Amino acid sequence: MLRIVVCVKAVPNPEEAEKIKIDPITKALPRNNIALVINPLDQNALEAAIQLKERRGAHITVVSMGPPVAGNIVKECLALGADEGILLSDPAFAGADAFTTAYTIAKAIEKLAPIDVVFCGVASSDGATEWVGPELSIFLGMPVVTMVRELTHTEGETWQVQADIENGYRLVRVKLPAVFTVTRDVNTPRKLSFSGIIKARQKEITALGLKDLGLLDGEVGLRGSPTIVSRLDHLEIKREMKLLEGTTEEKAEHLVRILHKSGVI
Amino acid sequence: MMAAEKNGAVWVIAELGGDQIQPVSLQLLGKGRGLADQLQVPLDCILLGNETEGFARTLIKAGADRVYIGNDPQLSNYQPDLYLDIIQKLAHEHEPAIMLLGSTFMGRELAPLLAASLRTGLSAHCIDLMINEDMILEQIIPAYGGLITIICPERRPQMATVADGVFSLPAFSEQRKGEVVLVEVPQGISQFVELVEVVQIPKEGVALESARVVVAGGAGACDQEGWAEITKLAEVLNAGLGSTRPAVDEGWTALETMIGQSGKMVNPEIYIGVGLSGELQHMVGIAGAKVMIGINNDRKAPIFKQVDYGIVEDCREFIPVLLKKLEEFGVE
Repeated sequence: MLRIVVCVKAVPNPEEAEKIKIDPITKALPRNNIALVINPLDQNALEAAIQLKERRGAHITVVSMGPPVAGNIVKECLALGADEGILLSDPAFAGADAFTTAYTIAKAIEKLAPIDVVFCGVASSDGATEWVGPELSIFLGMPVVTMVRELTHTEGETWQVQADIENGYRLVRVKLPAVFTVTRDVNTPRKLSFSGIIKARQKEITALGLKDLGLLDGEVGLRGSPTIVSRLDHLEIKREMKLLEGTTEEKAEHLVRILHKSGVI
Repeated sequence: MMAAEKNGAVWVIAELGGDQIQPVSLQLLGKGRGLADQLQVPLDCILLGNETEGFARTLIKAGADRVYIGNDPQLSNYQPDLYLDIIQKLAHEHEPAIMLLGSTFMGRELAPLLAASLRTGLSAHCIDLMINEDMILEQIIPAYGGLITIICPERRPQMATVADGVFSLPAFSEQRKGEVVLVEVPQGISQFVELVEVVQIPKEGVALESARVVVAGGAGACDQEGWAEITKLAEVLNAGLGSTRPAVDEGWTALETMIGQSGKMVNPEIYIGVGLSGELQHMVGIAGAKVMIGINNDRKAPIFKQVDYGIVEDCREFIPVLLKKLEEFGVE
């Protein structure tokens, strides 16, 4: 049976995330209480795994690194159809950059060996680096295909997938085990079902920390990260704005005049 | 991990797009030239592909002191295993201080593969790069309504990706001299990712990069129908269609239309932002527009502090009226 790992991240609800702003005076990020949700593209990654499981059978393990509260996200993944959940949570992991995050997750995946497929979302909505998937592949010694838009052939040990490139896509053949980062085009994630929530009650979440992964303090979190944030600055792009007044029709007419004066119509 | 080496060069990993050098590669050479001069180190460039020798001169004219050329039919398309193998070996041998890649599809995959292999840090889609007083590269990205400066203080190379259009093209100099080094291309390396074919999907509409007018839409479109109105406005104005991340995440439009830090940087004569809030990540991609117009139903939206003309209207009601007025004016 195919053994699949899906990496998921708990992110601040993207619909509210823009409320988090650098304070112009303290130059720090204020604390916030925005609810955590499954990173949208990670839902596509999980859905890809669940569809494979339905079609040909698979064991799906969800791995997430984050604060203890991220356990709720892992639970949600179990209710959606994953078999097993792992939460990597340790104060020592805090402040990890993409490199150290990938390194820590790779250590956890190694403990699950043998693994055939690792699915990740292309990027997280809050970090948006796209680096964790491909960096993970290096630490695991697996090939990676990023920006996967379609899982074209998933039989046997060599898969064919389509991945986005400039103005089109590339079709590639990949030998498993492999890492795939998926875009939203790959599928439409399902919604939680009541029966799924009931079934998830019997599934387990394993919490793993620094010692469980056999890692040292200096290898993880902020201290283990090659990159650091050295400065936060407030920035305003400012123009003198003229508000167009009047009825909707008048505003539209005014805008037409502005466009005409600029010579574009 | 590579030791922090004082005299490491600045590297640009160049890329071919079709039968020419990607503009972002040349832009990075322009920026890299300045960084290398400040650090008093050479600017090197790597270009892998097939029949690449003719491009070396252009890369030198754009600012490179040394060009490493991989010239082999095996390299004619991006091949992760081979490209990674070649560049990684060169990096181990020469220990560059800085390595820059474009935020192209290739760059977005190859950069993290290189960073993890070289055990170093990598920042994503920078909007500026500068050398600080400690001779360290400051990598600047917009986030949380401000700017974040990222540094990689100890490990080398210091790596960053940059989107097309962030930096301008360099002045090409016929007089510039440089060295061309042919790199050895390993034969018979096992390729775990094998390219079967490349499929080009013809673009619809006006190219964003060269459009005189850009119409960009955001979450305020509300749904596919609302988005269709924005698309229609772009068509009528013969404008490039742009978007924000939420519109892409909703699936209304392709990633290629996204304007901003992780998308495209454009400088049109007219920008019309429709139903978008004016998030910095988007606005940095359009800040160079001559005349900017914002349409949003929330008077308090940040967009209204960043444009020349503001219209407080729900875009789903306003766009149909605007389309009618344009038609009356004779624009169809």
